[in-house]
Amino acid sequence: MAEPKVKYDRQLRIWGEQGQAALEKASICLLNCGPTGSETLKNLVLGGVGSITVVDGSKVEVGDLGNNFMVDESSVGESKAKCVCAFLQELNDAVKAKFIEDCPEELIETNPSFFSQFTLVIATQLVEDSMVKLDRICREANIILIFARSYGLMGLVRISVKEHTVIESKPDHFLDDLRLNNPWQELRRFTETIDLNTTDAVVHKHTPYIIILVKIAEEWANTHGGNLPSTREEKRQFKDLIKSKMITMDEENYKEAMEASYKVFSPRGIGPNLQKIIDDSCAEVDTNSSDFWVMVAALKEFIANEGGGETPLEGSIPDMTSSTELYVNLQKTYQAKAEADFLVIEQRVRNLLEKISRDPASISRANIKSFSKNARKLAVCRYRLIEDEFNSPVQPELQKYLTDEDYRTLQEANSLKVLPENTAGGLYILLRAADRFAVNYNKFPGQFDSEMDEDISRLKTTAVGLLNDLGCNSSALSEDLINEMCRYGASELHAVAAFVGGVASQEVIKLITRQFIPMSGTFIFNGIDNKSQLLLL
Amino acid sequence: MADSTSQSRSRDLDKLLLRPGNLVGSTFEPGTQLREDIKEIVRVLVIGAGGLGCELLKDLAFSGFRNLEVIDMDRIEVTNLNRQFLFRLGDVGKPKAEVAAKRVMERVSGVDIKPHFCRIEDKPISFYNDFSIIVLGLDSVEARSYINSVACSFLEYDSDDNPREETIKPMVDGGTEGFKGHARIIMPGVTPCFECTIWLFPPQVKFPLCTLAETPRTAAHCIEYAHLIKWDEVHSGKTFDPDYPEHMQWVYSEAVKRAELFGIPGVTYSLTQGVVKNIIPAIASTNAIISAVCSLETLKIVSGCSKTLTNYLTYNGVEGLHTKVTEFVRDKDCIVCGPGVLIELEVSITLKKFIDLLEDHPKLLLTRVSVTYRGDNLYMQAPPVLEEMTRSNLDLPLFELMSKTPTDIVHVTGAAGKGDKKQSCSRKLRVVFKGVGVTDMDMAGGA
Repeated sequence: MAEPKVKYDRQLRIWGEQGQAALEKASICLLNCGPTGSETLKNLVLGGVGSITVVDGSKVEVGDLGNNFMVDESSVGESKAKCVCAFLQELNDAVKAKFIEDCPEELIETNPSFFSQFTLVIATQLVEDSMVKLDRICREANIILIFARSYGLMGLVRISVKEHTVIESKPDHFLDDLRLNNPWQELRRFTETIDLNTTDAVVHKHTPYIIILVKIAEEWANTHGGNLPSTREEKRQFKDLIKSKMITMDEENYKEAMEASYKVFSPRGIGPNLQKIIDDSCAEVDTNSSDFWVMVAALKEFIANEGGGETPLEGSIPDMTSSTELYVNLQKTYQAKAEADFLVIEQRVRNLLEKISRDPASISRANIKSFSKNARKLAVCRYRLIEDEFNSPVQPELQKYLTDEDYRTLQEANSLKVLPENTAGGLYILLRAADRFAVNYNKFPGQFDSEMDEDISRLKTTAVGLLNDLGCNSSALSEDLINEMCRYGASELHAVAAFVGGVASQEVIKLITRQFIPMSGTFIFNGIDNKSQLLLL
Repeated sequence: MADSTSQSRSRDLDKLLLRPGNLVGSTFEPGTQLREDIKEIVRVLVIGAGGLGCELLKDLAFSGFRNLEVIDMDRIEVTNLNRQFLFRLGDVGKPKAEVAAKRVMERVSGVDIKPHFCRIEDKPISFYNDFSIIVLGLDSVEARSYINSVACSFLEYDSDDNPREETIKPMVDGGTEGFKGHARIIMPGVTPCFECTIWLFPPQVKFPLCTLAETPRTAAHCIEYAHLIKWDEVHSGKTFDPDYPEHMQWVYSEAVKRAELFGIPGVTYSLTQGVVKNIIPAIASTNAIISAVCSLETLKIVSGCSKTLTNYLTYNGVEGLHTKVTEFVRDKDCIVCGPGVLIELEVSITLKKFIDLLEDHPKLLLTRVSVTYRGDNLYMQAPPVLEEMTRSNLDLPLFELMSKTPTDIVHVTGAAGKGDKKQSCSRKLRVVFKGVGVTDMDMAGGA
């Protein structure tokens, strides 16, 4: 194996060579390289992204030596972007690293076209006003944007892109696609060649559960007017029927069949997530449609026609007790059906492309194949403009995140210092209030030791004003939390920055590799008791 | 917007350590003294200098800790470089602990990190008692279990069976696999120890040998056949070494042959390595996230500067982002963090007889036992010098060796478990001699 392949071995096992190739093509821009930004990029440089551009206009101060690993004593007074960039380059020479000694806020104001050259922009430690402006620029240019912010013991991560579609979502737990509740003709035929009532004990205990369940389901349907078990009682009877076929009680394959019997009971057809996708207006394709939506349109046709309500078959089966021969043949039966389904999808894709006046060959076979295989697991993520979230958050959601009656009563009754379950909602509001505060007073609340008391009451007023503007009840805001926010004084703690940077880099990887599902909503890290939350605003 | 502290290295951390707050621990005393104590007095041990360990050392160094030590038995490999950011290609082959310590000290001035390039079992138990807190960045259940048993062995209970606070050795534990991870805090005697919730780490499923030999179905079955059965058949007596590329290549080609014979798809060299070495996928971001939580919790436990995690955090970034905090409860009968396994003995029993007894004790099943009492080695299995020095004690009555103390705690180390599942551990025993000092009535209460 070549050295880069060995170096990336542990991550190639997660996102494969395709994912790695996407990372190596990506060009990433970082705004502000304090610890939050530096740590985010560190994780990406280690993973081997194509190129990075570090933008920061500040010089290294002594204070930076206490929270940023990418600067050291010799860097004091030098450009922070230059020092951070040099250290990052040291981590991986395959990455093209460069820096720009410019203030991100100024770039946003004066040179919006600057951002169009990147695959993705990571904006760290920006205040609300700059976030909103940058978001507009990136949305216009269709550049993926991710905000990351560390503030005392709290943090925020937010993705912003019009639409992100995923074919390989690789969920942890997903029901395998065995069609035990709806076997196709070839599978039925295959099972017909097997006799469950064989007297050969070795053959009997090496019959895979797929065959057992298909046959018993058929037997059941024949005596139940063509229906499969649906009530609890019927399901119990079905399991008893499986049990009655056992020769001895230690036959693993029959135990597996009983455990997997729920696969016979599960509903036919497609799940609600996929239904939502094929019902999406984007599935009505035209010349401007993306490859993904063209394939969704083909899938929709397949489900309505050849599929008979089902997606193309995935084509793999889990390991199960079986003789080698039966297992391998079963595997071939599934693969053949998956291949046949894929060919239908492919033809439909080509026809659709022609219909919308695109080159019929413009979507590769490999992509269509992957789409066909993963059809049940597709994901579409859309993100509101940050401006819209800030100005008109989903009000009932916000109120819910802020209110926690149990906590308030408990606290008033016992004056216990327990944290409310919904601290994250309060932290979100207070971070926004801190940015408003900064606009009004030209400093963050609690930035100076001498003005703490004053700042606490000012922050409270600001937060109450913000909540009123958003149409929320402000009584839910905890005094302790306001006090806590002032205590933080806009500090950027290294460990918090490492957490926020870790999350941000993980999301960048998911967005670039187009694998796994990126987070939706606004993530609030609660470093007080670790009850972090995703706010769907 | 400058502040008087902006020219200080602890500019940001000071906000957290010098200012009072309401959402803090009960022991929190903000001020420069606290900051200095963390710097000067607190000693932190990091176990493991791998994916988590590298991050932990950096994060702890930036959380105000100056006295750090790190222990790791491994050397740097090329496959570490995608996440263990303290290592470079030129470091491959060097001890992880040493390089990690050096790199952090180079960049964070004032911090002192002492590396230990050895196995965790190589250190005397007393070594672990010197630290204020132990942070674990490990990838094995066995190693976690061992450190847990060591830390719990320091725990003493008072006469009401409440843990003595000064004997509690806090631990913070992290673990990752791909996009998933966990972080937890263990305060022995207060929160569940690793052993109380061992069910969170189910043993790895192994393929039945008859499947490998007779009915292989998957690529992994073919690989394990070549690795576990064919190797021994062909290379009689030669041990398979997964770090020898020739060995791995041999297993791979045998697996390919077997797969072709049975018509099984999917054997690749990469999968062969994965199956044989039980490789856990690992990435930089998850390690960064989990280590950050562990470091922050370490600072909170030591300083009280915020609420602490109660007591187990799970993280999953596969679909969206999920974090969950669960408060697990202690197992009251835990033999590791409980008040100790009660052993009733005759005064005449010799140390040798006592050691034999532990082997058959249903709760202990301890072999290769070494015994210490109040810091003195009564019998040591190793090293040979110590064994020889302590051997003469074997024929003496334990009661004599314990200065005729009617009841007291005795610490033993050894290998626990049956068959091939043995692992190193440390156990605390509450030894009571029959018919001396305490009446039967008292004993009933104490047991």
